[in-house]
Amino acid sequence: MSQKTDHHVILRIVAKPLIPIIALFGFYVHFHGDYSPGGGFQAGCIIAVSVILYSLIFGIAPAMRAVPPAFTRSLAALGFLIFGGVGVWALLMGGNYLDYDALFNEPPGGHDGQHYGILMVELGVLFAVAGSMLSIFYAFAGRVTEIKDEDW
Amino acid sequence: MMDWILQMAPAWAEAHAPALIVVLPLLAGPICAFLPGKGRIAWLLTVAVTALCTLLALVLLAQVRSVEGGAIISYAMGGWAPPHGIEFRIDALNVLVLLLVSSIAFLTSIFGWPTIRAEINQEKRAMFFGAFQVCFMGLLGVTSTGDAFNLFVFLELSSIATYVLVALGSGRDRRALPAAIDYLLMGTIGASFYVFGVGFLYAATGTLNMADLALQLQDVGGNRAVQVGFAFILVGLGLKAAMFPLHQWLPNAYSYSPSFVTAFLAATATKVAIYALVRFLFSVFSLEYIFEGASLAMILMPMGIAAMLACSFQAIFQTDIRRTLAYSSVAQVGYMLLGISLGTAVGVSAGLFHLVNHALMKGALFMAVAGVVLTYQGTRIHDFAGLGRAAPWTMTAFAIAALSLIGVPLTAGFQSKFALVSALLASGWWWAALIVVFSSVLAVVYMGRILEAVFFKAPNNPHKEHKEAPLLLLIPLWVLALANIWVGVNGSFVSGLADDAAAALFIGGLQ
Repeated sequence: MSQKTDHHVILRIVAKPLIPIIALFGFYVHFHGDYSPGGGFQAGCIIAVSVILYSLIFGIAPAMRAVPPAFTRSLAALGFLIFGGVGVWALLMGGNYLDYDALFNEPPGGHDGQHYGILMVELGVLFAVAGSMLSIFYAFAGRVTEIKDEDW
Repeated sequence: MMDWILQMAPAWAEAHAPALIVVLPLLAGPICAFLPGKGRIAWLLTVAVTALCTLLALVLLAQVRSVEGGAIISYAMGGWAPPHGIEFRIDALNVLVLLLVSSIAFLTSIFGWPTIRAEINQEKRAMFFGAFQVCFMGLLGVTSTGDAFNLFVFLELSSIATYVLVALGSGRDRRALPAAIDYLLMGTIGASFYVFGVGFLYAATGTLNMADLALQLQDVGGNRAVQVGFAFILVGLGLKAAMFPLHQWLPNAYSYSPSFVTAFLAATATKVAIYALVRFLFSVFSLEYIFEGASLAMILMPMGIAAMLACSFQAIFQTDIRRTLAYSSVAQVGYMLLGISLGTAVGVSAGLFHLVNHALMKGALFMAVAGVVLTYQGTRIHDFAGLGRAAPWTMTAFAIAALSLIGVPLTAGFQSKFALVSALLASGWWWAALIVVFSSVLAVVYMGRILEAVFFKAPNNPHKEHKEAPLLLLIPLWVLALANIWVGVNGSFVSGLADDAAAALFIGGLQ
């Protein structure tokens, strides 16, 4: 898509500042999940949406250059590993699998383990959801020919 | 032997085995997706993980059997005590299935490498093993969890990975793609039926923990919502277990998926669904529950008999060996359901015994077919003609497993069919025992056709020279074939495990 055609100019101008804000909002939903509705799944969706919006406005190929499909697949697998890894960490610290209380060997009454444990697990969910959403999107969007400028 | 395992096992393995057996493949799956190369490293990792899981299953078996009558190992995930948290609950019933699934996974993943190298594109191999690990993990999770909703999650995890694995057969045969879509639609319907059922039970009792459900259900008795929930769960799990007439997805999925996947699925996937069905029928619901007693005799028994007859006939008229074996699998599921539908400890024990033996024989049969696919690229009976001379080792193992499938004395199939017939006679269902014998005669016909072609027909392809399957394939194949004979000669170990499992359901099920 060449820069000279400017009949999408409004879309592009509006989308450009929106995309980072959407991504930032995704992280807000994740880290504020303790106190308000939200969490890793919703945050992952929102972050994936920011990339999907980018690819809708600027085309699938630039989006795949910015966030390559190999990266999204690895991100999904990494998220899986983070989630499972927190559980193994709890095992290594002598607790049951995914027992957040055991994470930091706290004295009874300490809640750091619960707090950070759930944040890390949700971060894993965020990665996995964002990665899978984008992988699925690429798999579908990458199959069809793009809409030409003249067809708008 | 069991004491020796307990002495050898490290303390961490004994304390955390119920979680580790699921966590290891859970973590190995995504790691496989990262691994570089053409899949060889991913394969080695898969073999290592499945071997470790088999060892962990042995540790669990030793722990369960260390107490007279079978211990119940309860593991609280995340330290949240059941019934509120998710519980992994291992007893004599599911430890049997855990051991079966993990050891079959170990054997198939050893034999898998040559066939996968031939059938899967090299850039997809690492991901293929990743999907296999997730499928394996899901099956183990379904088996070990004590939480009805958690069971659904694991069921879906394993099923979704299975659809991917089946679809990857498209490199060899494009018909794998519609087969995978069929399986996906049917499997998803089954899973949603299951989750509807769990929803109804949750609405009626307010709990998802199976042991707690069993207690709560005693009080609600004839509640209509519970009955609807029971029906949904029966149909949902029946679909996953390929209960006649819900088996339509199975023949295509088995015939077109990669050989490795067929061998693994045929020996494990439907078995785990049957386990889940047994768990719900006898452990969550109680036999006194009048609605269930009727459904055993009115639904499971006719369906089991219909599968034994109809699918055995269908197996006779197939030209493709993998389809013959697939229809025979549905028929064999019928035997297991018939045993279970008796509703007695001997009946359930015979059903479980046959479940294990069927995994042994179908695993061996599909492995031998995989060997032929690898060397001669054909799965029609026509392609198998004269292979008895060209590949004697592969085909002898095939023949042993085929005889076991028929139920010839000194093989595993005979032992479990004998147990089934005795259980039927003990309940006075002599006509059902006759049908079992008749269905075995049908098995003689459909397996006999193949064996005749293999051993007595001249090879129709003059270029068919002496070509044996690779050693990596022959070793696990022969392990399974010899296991068939071992169980056939000395069945007391496996039938003892099945007896313990059934006893755990009928005595310790309501704790």
